[in-house]
Amino acid sequence: MSVQTGLERAASPRDIAVAPTAGKAKRRLGRTAKYVILIGFVIVVLMPVYVLIVTSLKPPSDVNPATSWGLPVRWPWEPAVDGGPTGFDNWTTAWSTLAAPIGRTFLLAIPASLISALLGSMNGFVLSRWRFPHADIVFTLILFGMFIPYQAIMTPLVQMKTSLGMPSDISTLIIVHIIFGLPICTLIFRNYYVSIPNELMEAARVDGAGMLTAYWRIVLPLSLPGFVVTIIWQFTSAWNDYLFALFLTNVQGGPVSLALVNLSQGAQLANYGAAMAGALIASVPTLLVYILLGKYFIGGLMSGSVKS
Amino acid sequence: MHKGIRNWGPPLLLISPTIIILGIFVYGLIGANVSVAMSNRHSLQPATEFVWFDNFIELLTEDRFLHSLLNLLVFTVIFMVGTMFFGFLWAWMLDKGVTAEGGFRSIYLFPMAVSFVASGVVWRWLLNSAEGDRASGLNRMLETIGLGFLQNSWWNTPIWGMAAIAMPAIWQLSGYVMALFLSGFRGIPEELREAARMDGATEWQLYRHVIFPQLNPVMLSALVIVAHMSLKVFDLIMSITGAIYQTEVPHTYMWIALTSNDYAKSAAIATVLLALVCVFIIPYLVHLARSEKRTR
Repeated sequence: MSVQTGLERAASPRDIAVAPTAGKAKRRLGRTAKYVILIGFVIVVLMPVYVLIVTSLKPPSDVNPATSWGLPVRWPWEPAVDGGPTGFDNWTTAWSTLAAPIGRTFLLAIPASLISALLGSMNGFVLSRWRFPHADIVFTLILFGMFIPYQAIMTPLVQMKTSLGMPSDISTLIIVHIIFGLPICTLIFRNYYVSIPNELMEAARVDGAGMLTAYWRIVLPLSLPGFVVTIIWQFTSAWNDYLFALFLTNVQGGPVSLALVNLSQGAQLANYGAAMAGALIASVPTLLVYILLGKYFIGGLMSGSVKS
Repeated sequence: MHKGIRNWGPPLLLISPTIIILGIFVYGLIGANVSVAMSNRHSLQPATEFVWFDNFIELLTEDRFLHSLLNLLVFTVIFMVGTMFFGFLWAWMLDKGVTAEGGFRSIYLFPMAVSFVASGVVWRWLLNSAEGDRASGLNRMLETIGLGFLQNSWWNTPIWGMAAIAMPAIWQLSGYVMALFLSGFRGIPEELREAARMDGATEWQLYRHVIFPQLNPVMLSALVIVAHMSLKVFDLIMSITGAIYQTEVPHTYMWIALTSNDYAKSAAIATVLLALVCVFIIPYLVHLARSEKRTR
């Protein structure tokens, strides 16, 4: 009986004749509405970028809060009649202020990501393959280091830095980023290595390979995707870090984040044009990572979610 | 004996550097922090005595600290609701099939790649509190598009000022929540949806009984991550307003305490923060460890 009613419904004229045309119009309306909403959000998301670019191209005399949304009255390639500064000067000021800090930030981010990734790979291998007693607890204790607010260790860390006489420069930050990058790198590699088939490891064992040989010969060569994700993650978090930079270094020897805040909130009247050019310049490396390695970047973000 | 060393030696060799390093720099320093928090080291002079919980009692009865906690609460609620709302909305719209999906996805996600410090430069300007003729940023835009009545002094507004600070954070992280939800949507097998449709489920019933339950784990991780990011907010506030009273959260207060060499106070604030984060994180880690065991 229920089958019967089902058939009747399917055959009713409402479903066959009327619904498709009415439904089509309705669906088209729905689709249009959806695109309008999606594009509306694109505009909202890109709004701050527009303001950054436009303001950085304005001559200082034109950087007026009341016209913050307008295009430059005078573009950088149209020099002022009186030979005054143009929008290009924002960019040269920003670059001359940020070039050295950007160099230092590369010196920070590269070793910090490579060393953490290598240690993370070793840990991930051990934790994914070797069921030692209380391995779960050890793993959870390592993960916990990823979630703590770094303020919770900052006071003694600052005291430790002072009493050991460590410098307020990049070298201290490199060590700190390696240490606090370990938990996330371990997690990413562990989740990655769990997917390596057990048979491969068994085969290695049968061939008489010890743990270290198996790691060196079999696991490490398979690890490239894991390294890509951890290095992207560590590179962007070291590049974007401000907390450790502020507490442990000074503007003279610190990374780009510190110099940028100094540029935008400097003691002298804030030069918004230069600050916005600086914000764009300082974002280039992470944006390049995002554009070139976008697929892995998302993968790295997902790994940050522990397990989704 | 030899076999024992051969079995246990190599893995221990690989993992021990990390265990030692994290033992010192995570657990050792947390312990040191708590001990400073319980001392009377309020200046550069070494501590003379152990005052146990005095610093905490003082802190929790201090108006300024309670104000910073309230600010943090307002920020967290607005930030979580905002990112979950936009993240889900975008993922849901994109999941239903859109041309140029990759384009939309990349644009929504890109603010995540930018540091809070860099975006703070422009948001500092957008959230400028001047109104009327001197209006700039968002106030100027609202004026121009005829919504002038929405103008306000943003982060200078008491209490709700923190909601203004949450806007850039929502801008920055909604795309991330979208990516999480999108992967959740994509993880639901097409057959499941087809089966529900065959059974005559309406679109709403399909979501209510098939799709939402499948998204629960994703939503849980998204909530935990966003809550925990929110409880760590520091860069954003420092780069937009600096460490000022209106937008003070425990993190910026701690920076002020530390730079004025009040080590005990700074450590006590940090301990409270750690406790707050633990309320979320420990149950989550326990839950993870348990579900991990089940799948083995």
